[in-house]
Amino acid sequence: MPCPVTVWLPASLVALFPGARRQVELDAASVDEVMDELDALWPGMRDRLCDSRPAVRKHINVFVEGEKAVLDTPLPPGAEITILTAISGG
Amino acid sequence: MAKSVVVLLGTKKGAFILKSDESRRDWALRGPFCEAWPINHVVADPASGTVYAGGGNEWFGPAVWKSTDLGDTWSHSSDGLAYAAGEEPVKSVWSLAAGDGALYAGVQPAGLFRSDDGGATWSHVTGLSEHPTRKDWNPGGAGLILHTVVVDPDDGKRLWTGISAAGVFHTADGGATWEPRNQGTRCDYNPEGHKYPEFGQCVHSIVKAPGAADRLYQQNHCGMYASDDGGRSWRSIEAGLPSSFGFPAAAHPRDPDTVYLLPLNGDSVGRYVPDGKAAVWRSRDAGASWQDLRNGLPQQNAFFGVLRQAMATDTLDRAGVYFGTNGGELYVSADEGDSWSCAARHMPPIHSVETMVLGG
Repeated sequence: MPCPVTVWLPASLVALFPGARRQVELDAASVDEVMDELDALWPGMRDRLCDSRPAVRKHINVFVEGEKAVLDTPLPPGAEITILTAISGG
Repeated sequence: MAKSVVVLLGTKKGAFILKSDESRRDWALRGPFCEAWPINHVVADPASGTVYAGGGNEWFGPAVWKSTDLGDTWSHSSDGLAYAAGEEPVKSVWSLAAGDGALYAGVQPAGLFRSDDGGATWSHVTGLSEHPTRKDWNPGGAGLILHTVVVDPDDGKRLWTGISAAGVFHTADGGATWEPRNQGTRCDYNPEGHKYPEFGQCVHSIVKAPGAADRLYQQNHCGMYASDDGGRSWRSIEAGLPSSFGFPAAAHPRDPDTVYLLPLNGDSVGRYVPDGKAAVWRSRDAGASWQDLRNGLPQQNAFFGVLRQAMATDTLDRAGVYFGTNGGELYVSADEGDSWSCAARHMPPIHSVETMVLGG
């Protein structure tokens, strides 16, 4: 069942979507549902975070309560989801 | 209304737009746009003036950016710009082409996508990916990339694509069916007896000559070529040039016999301008003979290269010629290549150069 969770987004992602916020409260039962909810709020955001395999993009890290997560990771009520860009150079 | 020229740059760190009056002496530079993403190609749809920028970000994946106000504001989309679930995802957009009301995007891994709504949504041109040779396509040095899309301005159902290292593929039915068009182009890296295969060539760029229905020019990893039959057969035009290696080619806007190339010293010796002296090479006779154009270009200690989409012409009279270096300099000629000046320096590595003439 979807439950209220808090999602933290990276600044470089928020910059791509006018009106997007770093901290988002939404209802979701899994990381996959978080992506759908984000896409509903800001169309196209799922494509920036997930690829077509489907999976979280290779250089995007999703943490649920501090633990590395994948799309299927379930969310407990009140979970904190942190989405970060991986370190990258060049 | 006075004419002006816009030069569109795709770079490793964003898109840039330069503008000048018809003299093309003084340039105003704006950018970086597209959040400084790596941008492989920036084009303008001549019908609408809309600017599109294609690229890919290591974190956020591929996208086509769009500006309807010459760069003041941008949006981006990759809706539908994806292969089927389970396949290797699209990593980056490499080449854009507008024509016949559509916008095409060539991507890595090699494939072609089409948008009929100005880049808002995309659909996969599956006919190319389903070509029976697809399973045998091998990647070039930068990966398996569809890096060149040429749309026939007189018949939008005719397209040519360049894929490294699968070669040139052509469709005459808007992308439903495709055929390789590589006869006469060489694979120096193949063993004796196999140097002219049906496909597998490392094409670097293709341009279509104006006014001649089926005249194409090609810069290949292994030689320079011209075709008078839409790529069914190619003839070498490398005699008289300092090497057989280079990346870009640019056609004159009105004269089908005039073409510009920028040969580099070779694929295994640095890939910079020969002897550290920069020159654009121009043919006025469809590749039969060549003239090196050096006036105003650095003639010592120049160790830059010019990438496959980083040379262009404009449509003014006399035609402008432009190239951007992987060292971040943009050179401009306002007299068909006879003399040159540096219009921008200290830029990121330049991936692409395109132009649009406004007004008049």
